[in-house]
Amino acid sequence: MGRARTIARRSFLIGSAAIVGGVAFGVFVAKRPIPNPLLETLGEGEAAITPYVKIDASGITLITPRADMGQGSYSVQAYLIAEELDIDPTTATLTPGQPGPAYFNRAVLGEVVPFAAHNRSAMAEGLRNAMAVPAKFLAFQMTGGSSTVPDSYTRLRMAGATARETLKDAAARQTGHARATLRTEDGHVILPDGTRIAYTALARHAAEIAPVTDVTLRDPSEWRYLGREGLMRTDMRAKVTGEERFGIDITFPGMKFATVRANPGLGGEVIRYDASAAETMRGVERIIPISHGIAVVADNTWRAFRAADALEITWGAPDYPATSEAMFDTLEQTLSARRGREPRLRNDGDAAQVLENAPRVIEARYRVPYLAHAPLEPMNAVVHASPARLDIWTGTQIPLFIRDRAARIAGIDKGDVHVHVYPMGGSFGHRLEMTHVEQAVEIARALPDTPIKMTWSREEDMTHDYPRPAAVAHARGTVTEGRVECLDLSVAQSGMLSSWFGRLMGLPVPGYDPTLTAGAWDQPFAIPHYRVTGYRAQEMVPISSWRAVGATSNGFFHDCFLDELIHAAGADPLAERIRLCSDPTSRRVLETVGELAGWTGPDLGPQRGRGVGFTQSFGVPCAHVVEVTQTDRGIRIDKVFTAIDSGRVLDPTNYRAQGMGGVIWGLGHAMNCALTYENHAPQQTNFDSYAGMRMYQVPQIEIRILEDGQRIRGVGEPPVPPAAPALANAIFAATGQRIRTLPLRNEIAFL
Amino acid sequence: MTRLSVNGTQHNVDVEADMPLLWVLRDELNITGPKYGCGIGQCGACTVHLDGYAVRSCQLAIGDLDGAQITTIEGLSAGGTLHAVQEAWISHQVAQCGYCQAGQIMQAVTLLADIPDPTDQDIDDYMSGNLCRCGTYPRIRAAIRTAAQTLQGT
Ligand code: FES
Ligand code: FES
Repeated sequence: MGRARTIARRSFLIGSAAIVGGVAFGVFVAKRPIPNPLLETLGEGEAAITPYVKIDASGITLITPRADMGQGSYSVQAYLIAEELDIDPTTATLTPGQPGPAYFNRAVLGEVVPFAAHNRSAMAEGLRNAMAVPAKFLAFQMTGGSSTVPDSYTRLRMAGATARETLKDAAARQTGHARATLRTEDGHVILPDGTRIAYTALARHAAEIAPVTDVTLRDPSEWRYLGREGLMRTDMRAKVTGEERFGIDITFPGMKFATVRANPGLGGEVIRYDASAAETMRGVERIIPISHGIAVVADNTWRAFRAADALEITWGAPDYPATSEAMFDTLEQTLSARRGREPRLRNDGDAAQVLENAPRVIEARYRVPYLAHAPLEPMNAVVHASPARLDIWTGTQIPLFIRDRAARIAGIDKGDVHVHVYPMGGSFGHRLEMTHVEQAVEIARALPDTPIKMTWSREEDMTHDYPRPAAVAHARGTVTEGRVECLDLSVAQSGMLSSWFGRLMGLPVPGYDPTLTAGAWDQPFAIPHYRVTGYRAQEMVPISSWRAVGATSNGFFHDCFLDELIHAAGADPLAERIRLCSDPTSRRVLETVGELAGWTGPDLGPQRGRGVGFTQSFGVPCAHVVEVTQTDRGIRIDKVFTAIDSGRVLDPTNYRAQGMGGVIWGLGHAMNCALTYENHAPQQTNFDSYAGMRMYQVPQIEIRILEDGQRIRGVGEPPVPPAAPALANAIFAATGQRIRTLPLRNEIAFL
Repeated sequence: MTRLSVNGTQHNVDVEADMPLLWVLRDELNITGPKYGCGIGQCGACTVHLDGYAVRSCQLAIGDLDGAQITTIEGLSAGGTLHAVQEAWISHQVAQCGYCQAGQIMQAVTLLADIPDPTDQDIDDYMSGNLCRCGTYPRIRAAIRTAAQTLQGT
């Protein structure tokens, strides 16, 4: 609490502003004013603030700028404001608002600094906080890196508290009661005699007085909503009645329907094309060459899809290897030649010396494939272009990047581009990209003053995703006297950050790429001789962040090889991890998962076994125990036990749902999924060959939430990385087969 | 010209006979509850009821549907009262992104019509064609059990 107040005094300026018929409350996060998105709707001379709460006679609107791709971020942001504002957020209007730099994400870049998340030294903390400065200048309004909750936790409660106290002050001035004698409840100020005045009736007056900024945030013990089981997500009802409008559901009168066929060799050109068959098909209105492909505009989506199928296009080759085999060769060569070495962030003891002198070195090679994001809603965008203004309706994690890019494509001012953010039918990182929006803008510019809905077919989506990078690893280690003595892991993959930022910003990104070894170098283990090295391979297929990013591959490499060493040492997989663990929060997570699973060792009797997996990612330690049975027809996953600690949990019901979703995501892709390339393009084009997990494979999952962690963090990603190693380790326990290449089903059958 | 009833309203649609019902609903009739996920019968996001039974609307040619009665998620809650399956979905807080959920719910209604008291195996058999990329399966299972109890009046 004391800390929140200091932060508030130091770096938050709280303001209010008059709006038509009411008041808007908000918070600056830095002392230098940032252009305010509300300004466009404010009158001359009115104050500019970052709005989170708007109240007028017709009701209360909460602005929840972090995008919702299914993780419930609109809901948790609304509850954060509502907790202090004293309203029922399910009765308020929620809107993501107009994107503006004032909503920049302070937390997301915090994980890029070269300190492991469990390092809470003053210098590490200082650097993490300092990352907020570049985030601001990059106008980094993005959602990702499990950052929504950490970013919003104090800021949104401050906004709610400021609004509440200012409304009380307005009531105090109107009625002559002292502010301290007033209470608030359910959208009303309550006078000492019990009279209730609605916030909506106070809004006008509240706009005329100085906002009350010296507010004290409530102690969590006083919370009514946050931290409670059974919170109702604000979007749940609309999602079971079919009323929720996703980007793909938007319609406007006179709207045209478009799709594209772009080079499946990403970045390759169109050499020639023949649209003569497509042009004559019913409903087809335009065939438009766009960057790297051809667009079809028709009078409904299906006709556009059909006409796109009828296009005959000769593609130019992109500048990366044509096949998976060639790509993995490149990675292996990078590793064996030790090319492109990145700064070593973990180098304890003297691994080289120990490995050279050891009587026995344990050695293994690992490999993981490219993976698609494949959210169930394919990429789409609605764009309306007029000569001086562009409107874009789409589900996105990066509205400001879209605004800037669209302005550049259209040759108009950024201020004339309006991005309307819609709920997303999943993302998993796919909507940190904007190629589909660029295409839609190109199409809309060819048909001015006509709203265009551009939808990718599933096949276009699968083959034009920027995937999770493939990676290879070489691991060596030693054991002595029943203990792990040395772990030396080398990983090679292409640089994700440079590929992604390069696309987004059009700039090369200087410096090292922490995603190359994230999930490996930063693990909280005190292995005496411990070295992790990343080698950056050349860019091949353009790549992007995929739920849990670098830790998805590195977590698999690191934890599985640690399991191999523990086995070689003859130690217990869980006990030895606990013994090696150097971080109390992580140790507690490991102990807890053992208690939950009733751990007595990996053996569960004939044909059965269990494995433990642990990864700390995004600052959150998470451990799973997976139990499997080997049946005549393949491996069955019986049960998963999970322990996780991301600090205080604001919505335990949704938190658990996210956790289970992460487990299923991690297991499903580890078992079943890969993008394999032939002719520069993925061979998996739809859910028949790339599904993740279906109902019949879903095990029982039990999650225990710990809340000892010192910083509040997100749960969207951390359960993913330890899932694959826990399963592979369980399969080893049940069958003696050590699988080091994903997907697992290439080497073993599953039920 | 195909005549069909959607959620109790008669429509005449004049499109190619092989146009899938999904796109007739979404783009011609502006009924957007059924979703496009794959177009090849692999995800179930487009599931609607044809004469009371769950089908993949992306796989049904409109030309074969003359006189059909179609119910979409929008038509499931008659007169504003939610169906027991929808109520169970809310009480278990099933949805994450929600994109698959209209299809999941329509499929679950058919499961419970066929088998009022389904076993785990029945649930797997009926529901495995409905993909949820967010991984809400454990809550779908739990919600189906709750809805089964409600519908049986226990
Ligand atoms: S869209 Fe019909 S099953 Fe996927
Ligand atoms: S809730 Fe997102 S796909 Fe099922």
